[in-house]
Amino acid sequence: MNHVLTAIVEPGFFGSEPVHVALLIGGVVAVVSGIIGTFTVMRGQSYAGHALADISVTGGSGSFLIGISPLWGFAGTSVAAAGVMDLIGVRRPRGRDLATGIVRGAGLGLGALFLYWDTTHTSTTGATVTILFGSMFTIDSSIIPVVVAFSLAAVGIVAALYRPLLLSSASSDLAVVRGIRVRTTGALCLVAIALAVSLSALTIGAILSTALLVGPAATALRLTARPALVMIWSALIGLAATWLGILLAFDSYYWPPERQGWPVSFFVVALVLAFYLLAQALPAGRGGKPGRG
Amino acid sequence: MFSAFMTDTWIVATIVAVVAGVVGFFVVLRGSAFVADALPTGAFAGAAGASLIGVNTLVGLTVFSLLGALGIGWLGRRSRHDVAVALALVAMLGLGALFLSFSVEYAPEIYSLLFGEVLGISVNEIAPVAVLGAACIAAILVMYRPLMLSSVMPELGEVRGVRAYRIEMCFLVVLALATSMALPVVGALLIFSLMIGPPAAARSVTDRPLLAMGLSVVLAVVTVWAAIAASYETNWPVGFFVGAIGAACYAAGRGWAALRQARMARSGGPAGARADRVPA
Amino acid sequence: MMTKQRAASGRDRQDRRDTREDVLIVDGVSARLGGREVLHDVRFTIRPGEFVGLIGSNGAGKTTLLRVILGLVPPAAGKVRVHGNGIGYVPQKIELDPDMPLRARDLVGLGLDGNRLGFPLPSRSRRKLVDEMLRAVDAEHIGNARVGRLSGGEQQRILIAHALISRPGLLLLDEPLANLDIASEQEVVALLARIAREQRIAVLISAHEMNPLLPVMDRIVYLAAGRAASGPTDEVVRGEVLSELYARHVDVIHVHGRVLVVAGRGDGLDIPLDPAAPAAS
Repeated sequence: MNHVLTAIVEPGFFGSEPVHVALLIGGVVAVVSGIIGTFTVMRGQSYAGHALADISVTGGSGSFLIGISPLWGFAGTSVAAAGVMDLIGVRRPRGRDLATGIVRGAGLGLGALFLYWDTTHTSTTGATVTILFGSMFTIDSSIIPVVVAFSLAAVGIVAALYRPLLLSSASSDLAVVRGIRVRTTGALCLVAIALAVSLSALTIGAILSTALLVGPAATALRLTARPALVMIWSALIGLAATWLGILLAFDSYYWPPERQGWPVSFFVVALVLAFYLLAQALPAGRGGKPGRG
Repeated sequence: MFSAFMTDTWIVATIVAVVAGVVGFFVVLRGSAFVADALPTGAFAGAAGASLIGVNTLVGLTVFSLLGALGIGWLGRRSRHDVAVALALVAMLGLGALFLSFSVEYAPEIYSLLFGEVLGISVNEIAPVAVLGAACIAAILVMYRPLMLSSVMPELGEVRGVRAYRIEMCFLVVLALATSMALPVVGALLIFSLMIGPPAAARSVTDRPLLAMGLSVVLAVVTVWAAIAASYETNWPVGFFVGAIGAACYAAGRGWAALRQARMARSGGPAGARADRVPA
Repeated sequence: MMTKQRAASGRDRQDRRDTREDVLIVDGVSARLGGREVLHDVRFTIRPGEFVGLIGSNGAGKTTLLRVILGLVPPAAGKVRVHGNGIGYVPQKIELDPDMPLRARDLVGLGLDGNRLGFPLPSRSRRKLVDEMLRAVDAEHIGNARVGRLSGGEQQRILIAHALISRPGLLLLDEPLANLDIASEQEVVALLARIAREQRIAVLISAHEMNPLLPVMDRIVYLAAGRAASGPTDEVVRGEVLSELYARHVDVIHVHGRVLVVAGRGDGLDIPLDPAAPAAS
């Protein structure tokens, strides 16, 4: 019995301090991403989320230059970018995607430049890897209060705007007629997405954070039709993927290649994808009677 | 920078830019922004894997971006398109991260794959790139009319026997090939800017498709040349310049379109009235 | 002759009524879109429980008029006054992803408090009210289905329930009959007529074909090229009134209880009217 247990959970897992921090922060971030991700997918803003995540690379690499935690950089740039995207505010989805992509490209280009300066001018190593693929096991525990604050802010926004967001996602005509400020609501939602994306950039990296944002929510959509339940499932799935990913990454230290361990972000993304594909295999009729014809 | 050493880079870059301009025109037309964004990241994983097992990176690139294209096409049919693309993209990136973590040259390798590398082109890459480029252009030329039709009016296309799904898959394959070509020069994350900025600008300037395509190619070539020159001089990453110039192109295009709109509204002629579709 | 006709009555035919208990007053509304005048001096009123058809072809200005009434578009001239408990709006259709996590009953519930912040607290009375609305539109059996997966007709009924749940004084529907087959058409019209009668709610429907509404319509607002004639159906849908409106010769033909509006002079060039053509001389 003991043998089986150690095969699954390598020794030292529960005693390790970095693992504790990872489980805590990773867990909180996964829950937040799951909740915010529900609205992201509902509003068809997966691409915007992805773009915001990529843009946050700029901030992350910039923060290395000035020596602060990358979370500030991620959050700063992505929230600013959310504002810009809302200002550019093109109506038609195609035009919006184009504008989003261009801003993302420019932002990434700048991020590339910062990363280049990081590697040549500062003494910090591994800035590229940290920014792009996360630092789950090397997060400084002093950042925990900030993580909590951002999480509360993001979840607070969507909790307060729950009904207007639902209605305006269903039909902006209906929302406008009821006096909902659709534009403001959308902008605030984008800010919440930016915050969620920054948080998961910290744990699994800027360019992978979309997985935690979009995957669990898309999976949950296949399971149930009730909006509140979708959010809960989404959070739980993200949490499971993250914690399992942490476990596997810890275990992988003992796998080939020699004593290096596989990146935790890889595991999280792989698990998110696995859950998603599993849900796709479920019959489509789940969660709602199909209509006539 | 015009030494013999750099000639290969200039040649490859030009081919890449021409293909990007042509293919990008359709990317913008079809609104496949997200897909065009996702494929390079898949390619990135392929390059990482290839370098890991010692295979020519171009091969790895091509294989993985083709896989990505097929995957997106297949997944896109089954469920929400944008979610499918997002997940495929991120999965490929994760895989790429994994492959790279195994290799010794982790960080610099990632960097040049993602953001471009001016000096990375060798002479034996010209031939395959040229072949790929020719293939892409040829495919676009052959598919031109059904592609235009199904991009602009999918229902009309269906009526004339143009199966939207087949065209989409063909286009995705071409996009995958174009991506593989461009990645070593421009970097996975910035290919998109090259494929979007110039065509978007071209579209704002003219409505005529062939002219727009031509303009798009010209702008793409100028972008790449300028980016390479600047990168060579400053040692800064090529991707940065591509991103910046791409954004500048797009902004210039939007500005031009806005100016034209304002001028037409002021003159208030029949063109101005016709331009406004009035819903009743 | 045309010009003389137009000069003779400076204003299109309107009925003059006591406006004290009106639910909706549209008073001399004109509107412009993209530099073009789309509505010109439209006037009519609606009383509680009345069933009014807003008839006109595409391009006549119906959607614009509805948007002005809803407050989405400011009128260039004139004003709109709404009394009572507000307007329930039923758009033509909403494009919803089949995966969107919103059940029919959720959408109906949002009609009650969709603009309030925070979460809807699960309450017995709220659920009862939603059930009641679903029953009123014969949609109880689809209450738990995802809105994005319903058929067009089913979606429409849910939208009606969504609009009704806040007990508005006026129910406004934008082309509800547009994409329906005959049977569904009749069902919806009967449903709406019943609602108007039983709940004393005024109903304003826009349509480009007046025939399906003839049996239940109390009054009509006939819109052509931005100008309107309003009143009881048989007073408005007459040759001389419509000729004045279109500024060309128009005949109204009754065939087996249906109405056909035809332009032309019987010289072989008769055409069923395309009111989208501007009233050119």
